[in-house]
Amino acid sequence: MAKLTIQDLKKIKENASKDISLRQNKGKIKVTVHMGTCGIAAGAREVMSTLMDEIAEADRQDIRVVTSGCMGMCSSEPNVTVETEGTEPIVYQKVNANVMRQVFRRHILLGEVQSDFALAKM
Amino acid sequence: MSKVRTELMVCGGTGCHATGSIALIRALEEEIARQGLAGEVKVVETGCNGFCAVGPVMLVQPEGIFYQKIKVEDVPELVEEHFLKGRPVKRLFFKESISKEIIPNMDEIPFFAHQELRVMRNKGIIDPEIIDDYIARDGYFGTAKALTEMTPQQIIEEMKKSGLRGRGGAGFPTGMKWDFASKSRSDVKYVLCNADEGDPGAFMDRSILEADPHAVLEGMIIAARAINATKGYIYARTEYPLAIHRLEKAIEQAKDYGFLGEDILGSGFSFDIEIYQGAGAFVCGEETALMRSIEGKRGMPRPRPPFPAHKGLWEKPTILNNVETFANVAQIMLKGGDWYASIGTETSKGTKVFAISGDVNNIGLVEVPMGTPLRTLIYDVGGGIPDKKKFKAVQLGGPSGGCIPEEYLDTKVDYEEIAKVGAIMGSGGVIVMDESTCMVDMARFFMDFIQDESCGKCTPCREGTKRILELLEKICDGRGEAEDIDILEELSATIKEASLCGLGQTAPNPVLSTLRYFRHEYEAHIYDKKCPAKRCAALLKFEVNPDKCKKCGLCFKACPTDAITWKKKEVAVIDKEKCVQCLTCFSKCKFDAID
Repeated sequence: MAKLTIQDLKKIKENASKDISLRQNKGKIKVTVHMGTCGIAAGAREVMSTLMDEIAEADRQDIRVVTSGCMGMCSSEPNVTVETEGTEPIVYQKVNANVMRQVFRRHILLGEVQSDFALAKM
Repeated sequence: MSKVRTELMVCGGTGCHATGSIALIRALEEEIARQGLAGEVKVVETGCNGFCAVGPVMLVQPEGIFYQKIKVEDVPELVEEHFLKGRPVKRLFFKESISKEIIPNMDEIPFFAHQELRVMRNKGIIDPEIIDDYIARDGYFGTAKALTEMTPQQIIEEMKKSGLRGRGGAGFPTGMKWDFASKSRSDVKYVLCNADEGDPGAFMDRSILEADPHAVLEGMIIAARAINATKGYIYARTEYPLAIHRLEKAIEQAKDYGFLGEDILGSGFSFDIEIYQGAGAFVCGEETALMRSIEGKRGMPRPRPPFPAHKGLWEKPTILNNVETFANVAQIMLKGGDWYASIGTETSKGTKVFAISGDVNNIGLVEVPMGTPLRTLIYDVGGGIPDKKKFKAVQLGGPSGGCIPEEYLDTKVDYEEIAKVGAIMGSGGVIVMDESTCMVDMARFFMDFIQDESCGKCTPCREGTKRILELLEKICDGRGEAEDIDILEELSATIKEASLCGLGQTAPNPVLSTLRYFRHEYEAHIYDKKCPAKRCAALLKFEVNPDKCKKCGLCFKACPTDAITWKKKEVAVIDKEKCVQCLTCFSKCKFDAID
């Protein structure tokens, strides 16, 4: 490998920081995909994969994705909760891949709550 | 671009390897793939997390949930419940040993909460075998700054400002050491790293090398620049295979990126590092013996002066620093000496890494600010003494150090304060002892170690430590005589005064400090022929005291040679013919009923 310059070193740091960003807890937005048995049966796995694809495409390191158990609203699964720093969490219901994409692009990236799909403010 | 949402930071230090983390990692990876989570959940093997007592341990990021004592059988449940369905598995959470409180978050566990991480700032965050992880955490930026923006004199000034003192134990100011070597004129100079950690109960250097090998390399590169050296050696003991493996890998990666070799980062400065494996002789941690050993000769000390800064390895100016000292350097370059000196006491700055072991709940590796009271170290970080037993003393500095009893537990972690109460800071080994430890026996143990490790070059150390050991064995055997204590004191004074190197000069310390605080135990052994802690077999009767016996049968169940007879509601009886004096019944009895 060719010798590094300080510029190269900075570039490596920038890229590598993305790889370890999960370990440094710098998330501003938390997205919870409810993955109880009910959620998984209703299609939460596909919602999760769509969400991960979207985050990867947008190249954002400040979005944390976590799973959680059933929250008791089995009939409206799959549920997804979006929490942005400083605002109230919004629960979306009956989310599928398309809804997830819309919520991601409009709510998470642009901050416009998609009330058509929202179940409630928490 | 990665689509990972959760990272599982599994500890890959020697401690957790021993409790099964290698198999755990394999099982996790298989189960994650089986449940279709590959690519979403990633397993990372980190360096030592520090909490060795509850290993194997794992931290789940970004949630910060800490799991302990994970077995391979727990893996399917963990993966399905937590990583798929988001329901953390509570039975694997940390449980505080005294309050029995369950704490899921790592940051809130007292063991971690009292620590200040500088040397170990990357532990559990990076994979020590991936250089890019290290760079992401500002790795090699300290080197870049020192090599391209600072003159050697500025590096030394910054080190002096930081107040950093040698973490190997003696506490010599690092900046001053570098200054001496930089002023020696020579075309060849050396930088050596002392990783010959040999004190019983010490594992600081091993864990640092395993968790963050690049930090040590960086310290050496910067030191080399400061004194204008071209070659460095890391003297590591061969009993540290994992540390050596990770160092080798780190050196290879650093060479690949050009942090080692010719013209580093275009600065025109060249430096290279090699590992030299020592065969495990304790004396080779002494600087002059270490240098003889690298030269290929028998590891024996020589008188100083000349000091290594003038004539060291192959008679060339040399500096030798400990692993932990080097691991501090890059941060000092990056953040400045004033930043480093902002915590600590008047004479001891920064932080110190300690390996806590012995009769304490939270055995492990910790880093605390200088000035932390020993009580905090043992009770808050260490979690106190197990089995409701009482604290007796703490041994600091290994065989060269001394013990500190209860009444001095408020002593602060500080080179001078600790010396005042008769121990030394040492390299950071902290051995906690409860009331069942016999202090004469403890001194005998360390003296046995020392006389075994004495190189034999000078008479006071070779003969003196042997005589002390004989006297201590005699006292433990119940053959102690009235004048023995005086002879011990006289011998100790002579060995201290007349030995050639640090090993001999500090060898009597365990005897002197136990005599200082626990003289009554020596006297009980000699005059009353009794061992108050009931550890010296020759002074025990191996009889059950019927007045104290609660007839519980615990001793009966524990005896490995069936020498105890017991029936419900009857006092146990020991058959002295069958008894092998292993003392198991003494430690099992909760009522002190065996004499």
